[in-house]
Amino acid sequence: MQKTLYITSNGRLRRKDNTLYFETETEKRSIDIENIEQIHIFGEVDLNTKALNYISQYGIILHFYNYYGFYAGSFVPRKKSVSGDVVVRQALHYLDKEKRIFLAYCFVESAVYHMMRNLRERKEAEAFLNAIEDEWENGRFNISSISELMGLEGRVRNIYYSSFNQFLPEDFYMEKREKRPPTNPINALISFGNSLIYSTVLTEIYHTQLDPSISFLHEPSEKRFSLSLDISEIFKPLIVDSVIFKLLNNRQITLEHFDEDLNYCYLNQEGRKIFINELRNKLETTVRHRQLNRNVSYKGYIRLECYKLIKHFIGDQVYSPLKAWW
Amino acid sequence: MPEEIQELQDLKFQGIKINYLYVCKRKLWLFSKNITFENQSDKVLLGRILHEYSYPKEETKEVLIDNLIMIDILSDGAVREVKYSSKMKEADIMQVMYYLYYLKQKGIEKQGVINYPKERRKETLQLTPEYEQKVKEALSEIEEITSQATPPPATKQKVCKSCAYFEFCWG
Repeated sequence: MQKTLYITSNGRLRRKDNTLYFETETEKRSIDIENIEQIHIFGEVDLNTKALNYISQYGIILHFYNYYGFYAGSFVPRKKSVSGDVVVRQALHYLDKEKRIFLAYCFVESAVYHMMRNLRERKEAEAFLNAIEDEWENGRFNISSISELMGLEGRVRNIYYSSFNQFLPEDFYMEKREKRPPTNPINALISFGNSLIYSTVLTEIYHTQLDPSISFLHEPSEKRFSLSLDISEIFKPLIVDSVIFKLLNNRQITLEHFDEDLNYCYLNQEGRKIFINELRNKLETTVRHRQLNRNVSYKGYIRLECYKLIKHFIGDQVYSPLKAWW
Repeated sequence: MPEEIQELQDLKFQGIKINYLYVCKRKLWLFSKNITFENQSDKVLLGRILHEYSYPKEETKEVLIDNLIMIDILSDGAVREVKYSSKMKEADIMQVMYYLYYLKQKGIEKQGVINYPKERRKETLQLTPEYEQKVKEALSEIEEITSQATPPPATKQKVCKSCAYFEFCWG
């Protein structure tokens, strides 16, 4: 499996002959470019076009995050796997209202399924689990527009987030979910994790023929690569939230791993390292796939989700979103 | 010349499509729509490396004709195709027969050779009227499959597990 590189320190990415190096003031490390799929850059990193051209030859995507760890953007090399046929059909599924709602519903259904899965084993959250179930079961059969679906999803998510206070350490009390900018530690964690998933999904989409800008649940105008937002819905509760629960309940991340700046709250470098490490472990963890009869990593399941969408668009197999069975 | 045959002669495909027709029709359809995963497959990478490093003394390698068919090696009056293994022998033979047929249309008559360098084996081929007919049939079958709106359904074969499309088809 191709690897993901996370750079948290400051330095320079340099190409020398046919090797890529990451140099800091104290050390120089060569990067095994053949086996890298994406690089997440959190530190202050210099690089030039010589390095960029070399990186793009290998189809490696660079994701940049600013000083506070917020996602800034990605360098995406010229796409190699392009199929006009797939893109045209993908667009048809956006334009047809029923087809669009079907896919949007699938993403939400899987997201809700994974939220409930996260709460199922927690006694403290039982009441919330029941509330989510009620809300979802009552609402899901009467959806006639994307905005209604979004509304339902929002209500479910509010119950879900409010249940966190029942089983997370008191330090991480959450009034409500807030983004841009997060003002307390738990929101900062969720935002940080979600943006990592967003960019990881983007990398997987890049390796398929899907067009990342044509989306279904989110409006294509919302963000440049909004299909990545759609698919992220499935994996945010499945991957990010379970990483957060683990880190907080094991006291691996505590309040001392956060810095505050004006109204922001963000993970400091040490905190980021702990989080990234745990997330990387999660993404590389494998689960036996029942049809493939092979071990597939969490990251691999993101790729499979992309494949299923392509099969849906070309009329091969109706899309059925991932519902973790393990 | 009857109209039907004229049309058949207009059917031109990359040689690999003839190969895929015999390996897997679904793969052929997907490939024809540019839905490819070959660049992520270790097996394909091995094949590419084999092509690069076999027969270093041959000078006419990777000859592209009419921007369409890519002949691995041209030497001693033969069209040579290099393959990693002989597991898909029928498909390999048909691919080379198509090259021979294609060249014949252009007034060039050649012999065909399939090299299996890892097995230290080679297969020498001659375009016979029977194979010529088979190539024509293959071309119209490719036309038929690739013009369908949806891909042929996946059918489990032994080769699936080493195919670059395995996770796409079965995941």
